[in-house]
Amino acid sequence: MPITFDHVTYEYPTDGTPVPAVKDVSLEIADGSFVCVLGENGSGKSTLAKLMNGLLVPTDGDVRVDGASTNTEDEDALFAIRKKVGMVFQNPDNQMIASIIEDEIAFGPENLGVPREEIEERITYALEAVGMTQPRHHTPEKLSGGQKQRIAIASVLAMRPSTLVLDESTAMLDPKGRREVMEVIRELNRQGITIVLITHYMEETVRADRVIVMSEGAVVMDGTPAEIFGDTEAVRRYHLELPISDYLAEKLREAGLSLPHKIYDEKSLAEEICRSK
Amino acid sequence: MSIEVKDLTYTYSPNTPYAATALRGVSLHIEEGEYVGIIGKTGSGKSTFIQHLNALIRLQSGEIKVYDIDLNAKKPDLKKLRGTVGMVMQYPEYQLFDETVEKDVSYGPRNLGLSEEEIRERVREAIELVGLDYEEVRDRSPFELSGGQKRRVAIAGVIAMRPRILVLDEPIAGLDPRGKQEILALIKKLKNAYSPTVIVVSHDMDSVAENCDKVALFADGEIARFASPREIFYDDELLSRTEMDCPSVVKVVKELERLGKSLPTRPVTKAELVAALTVGEGV
Repeated sequence: MPITFDHVTYEYPTDGTPVPAVKDVSLEIADGSFVCVLGENGSGKSTLAKLMNGLLVPTDGDVRVDGASTNTEDEDALFAIRKKVGMVFQNPDNQMIASIIEDEIAFGPENLGVPREEIEERITYALEAVGMTQPRHHTPEKLSGGQKQRIAIASVLAMRPSTLVLDESTAMLDPKGRREVMEVIRELNRQGITIVLITHYMEETVRADRVIVMSEGAVVMDGTPAEIFGDTEAVRRYHLELPISDYLAEKLREAGLSLPHKIYDEKSLAEEICRSK
Repeated sequence: MSIEVKDLTYTYSPNTPYAATALRGVSLHIEEGEYVGIIGKTGSGKSTFIQHLNALIRLQSGEIKVYDIDLNAKKPDLKKLRGTVGMVMQYPEYQLFDETVEKDVSYGPRNLGLSEEEIRERVREAIELVGLDYEEVRDRSPFELSGGQKRRVAIAGVIAMRPRILVLDEPIAGLDPRGKQEILALIKKLKNAYSPTVIVVSHDMDSVAENCDKVALFADGEIARFASPREIFYDDELLSRTEMDCPSVVKVVKELERLGKSLPTRPVTKAELVAALTVGEGV
């Protein structure tokens, strides 16, 4: 069941005139999809993310997860929503609470009252899903950034969510860490988990089903990566940039190579360059 | 010569069960005017290294000279050192503290013991150099500014010291594409203004390839290689041993080679790749 936004506006509480961080957004995140959210700093991406599992509740309009509104006094209902829609943030160090990896992952399910044997199963499942079965009795402190972020993802997976929302979760990682986390995210999506990925790295959007662009709190573009990056005027207007392979393809076209208009990665670009002569 | 480091070794919490050696025998020689990229995995020693350059970390073993400032001297001139080496830390906007932009930016030059007039002049120049309107922002709280503006105010606080060497730790991490381009352009501008030597720690191989003259690749507390981006990013064995990535441009070239198409040159920047594929038709 999808996540739906129906004319959602959110204003942060302030002393002065409230400025909406999210303005009249209506959209639906389809089950099993891989959606990227782009936009400048301050465009409302993180607020949008926090609205998806009731960390924030709309000032106006309604967000529903599997048909249930996040605007509810019923704590059990809110809990059910947070179980379904898990969040991973930018800095893994701010998300770690336990001193042993498996305790970190058990924290969520224990709070849900999951029986001990099942918690064991969930820890095993979650660590396998992120490729970190080895050091489960160690402290997460000594792990690399990429490993910590995978543990953060595992502790969300232990809640058996149907959707994972990642807010710039690769921004602080080294190249290998980024690669590891992106591989895990893609594999989880293949297994059917819905992914909402907020990012500034255009390259990360290439394999998404859908890209949403935000500007000043509103959704200004919504389409496939090819549709979004094919609109060079809009890419400029919203201060996005082309993924590097696509930028190179454009420059090579300008220089006279005949390359088809599509979305590239390094491999497909090299193939088309070879074919173009 | 602007920086000379010889055989630098550093251990955190020495002589305790938590002892961790972060640097082992690092030697590096940086000429004035060089734009040096420092890359390497998290935990490879990059940050420990740069923190030595303005004595945020005390020398344990080895030698460091920055221009004529000898850090091995009995009482090194730290005031002079910190006026010479400007350090922009990771997420520097978190270190803004004063009530107005002007006060925040003047903190560094005031510590150099300059006259009020000189301080005001430097603060104005620094704020304008980072692309903000001095009159408009000087009395505002730095905390009201946008993320990108805050980062620029933080950088202004460092360049108001007019350092001859500018060291930046992950200056573009977490920025949107426009913010990244602005900061990279700003670094170039500062390099031309009064910081001829620039050292940047970065995980962004594309920007390192585009901007740096030389790259120091750290691995396990050592410098695995100090060479041009071309030498580093075409050394597959080195990259895989140190678990580093190469820039997108080099990935495209490697794919082309795999498909049997070799190029007359070894491009690392976007412009070089486009030129290699179009000029002279090296097909």
